[in-house]
Amino acid sequence: MPHWLQLMIDSLPTLLWAGVKFTIPLTLLSFVLGLSLGLVTAVARLFGVWPVSAIARFYVWIIRGTPLLVQLFVIFYGLPSVGILLDAFTAALIGFTLNVGAYTSEIIRAAISSVPKGQWEAAYSTGMNWRQAMRRTILPQASRVSVPPLSNTFISLVKDTSLAAAITVPELFQSAQRIVATTYEPLILYIEAAIIYLALSSILSHLQSRLEFRFARYGGMLEANR
Amino acid sequence: MIELSHIEKRFGDAVILKDISLSFPEGSVSALVGPSGGGKSTLLRCINLLEQPTAGSVRIGAESVDFAPGRKAPWQSIQKVRSQTGMVFQNFQLFPHRTAIENVMEGLLVVQKWSREKARARAMELLTKVGMEHKADAWPANLSGGQQQRVAIARALAPSPKVLLCDEPTSALDPELSAEVVDVLGTLAKEGTTMVMATHDLRLASQVANLVVFLEAGQVVEIGSAEQVFRNPVHERTRQFVSSINAAQTFSA
Repeated sequence: MPHWLQLMIDSLPTLLWAGVKFTIPLTLLSFVLGLSLGLVTAVARLFGVWPVSAIARFYVWIIRGTPLLVQLFVIFYGLPSVGILLDAFTAALIGFTLNVGAYTSEIIRAAISSVPKGQWEAAYSTGMNWRQAMRRTILPQASRVSVPPLSNTFISLVKDTSLAAAITVPELFQSAQRIVATTYEPLILYIEAAIIYLALSSILSHLQSRLEFRFARYGGMLEANR
Repeated sequence: MIELSHIEKRFGDAVILKDISLSFPEGSVSALVGPSGGGKSTLLRCINLLEQPTAGSVRIGAESVDFAPGRKAPWQSIQKVRSQTGMVFQNFQLFPHRTAIENVMEGLLVVQKWSREKARARAMELLTKVGMEHKADAWPANLSGGQQQRVAIARALAPSPKVLLCDEPTSALDPELSAEVVDVLGTLAKEGTTMVMATHDLRLASQVANLVVFLEAGQVVEIGSAEQVFRNPVHERTRQFVSSINAAQTFSA
């Protein structure tokens, strides 16, 4: 067996374990929390009264306008100066959640606006109030159009979690770095890490297609494709 | 009984409706007709308060709301008045993510809090009434315009409203498809459903309505039976309008 293959096989369990223990939980948790934050932010921007919508806009402006790596450093290395000490995983989780929240809020805002005004009127005419119309009529239709852009964010997030290595989270990429430090084989190890990220994002792309297929049923597209 | 008193609607400086007072007795079928921009759609939407009048009051049965400039009407009373109505839209506006029967059940489940079985039974009864029971499980995207509109009529009738409001219910349909919708509305009218519709479909107005209101520039020009307004209009303006749509429909027929 060639040396490089042997090294890849030997290091695979360590890298996979780091992925299962840190990369995947960090990705899933910050996506779910970020998506909720994004929804609240989008609704605040679309329907909030002045101070609420202004706060939402300010938040999106700050997060989108500054580098993610800098945000992580501010949270993990900066906040202790004002007495806020966070462990590395929590700091990363907060950073990624804020990031996902800002980007997805724009996606959700666009998706909600894309639902025709007539659908609101139809919902109101059946007697629904704002909340019921939003939950039963508008959001289900907005979800459909937001699947592709949200999947984009999700896939970016999987890869972006490698930045957590810089604030000492022992995730996949940092594990690779550690093995490199003892084996001096950067090319092999980093390619291996890249392959694992590629595999993770491929799984997500596949899930995206399945989700789009599910949503397609009500567009009459399923029947047309058969 | 629906009563509109001194309804006025402005958008900024533009006056869309000027001091309109009308009452529609129970069991009557009224058609609001008139040129585009005359205010018929706006007036119709003032009845279920999708459009809130700037001033005036709307009463349906025991529920009423008063409007005055610079004062917001409480949403509870708006909701109460609105819940007495059902609305059919020009471009159907079925919920695309729900099947035909789910569209009809939606209000019953979400607003009236009925059980699924009870809502399904009621929805099926209404779909049968509009001749759509065979398409109960179809998605709106797979239905023709006429079929979608019939499902929309069933949806509007689901909570047994006091009045069925129709905003240009046949305007998005070709003559053949609009005939099936006119038939359904005609049957409902014969059964005593109170209806108010905004339309420029003369066939719909003359076949179904017993009261015709001619609106122009936000004012009521003429009111009368369909027979009277279409055959012997009193006002010169009504006469011109009726002859123009008569001519148009003769050519298209």
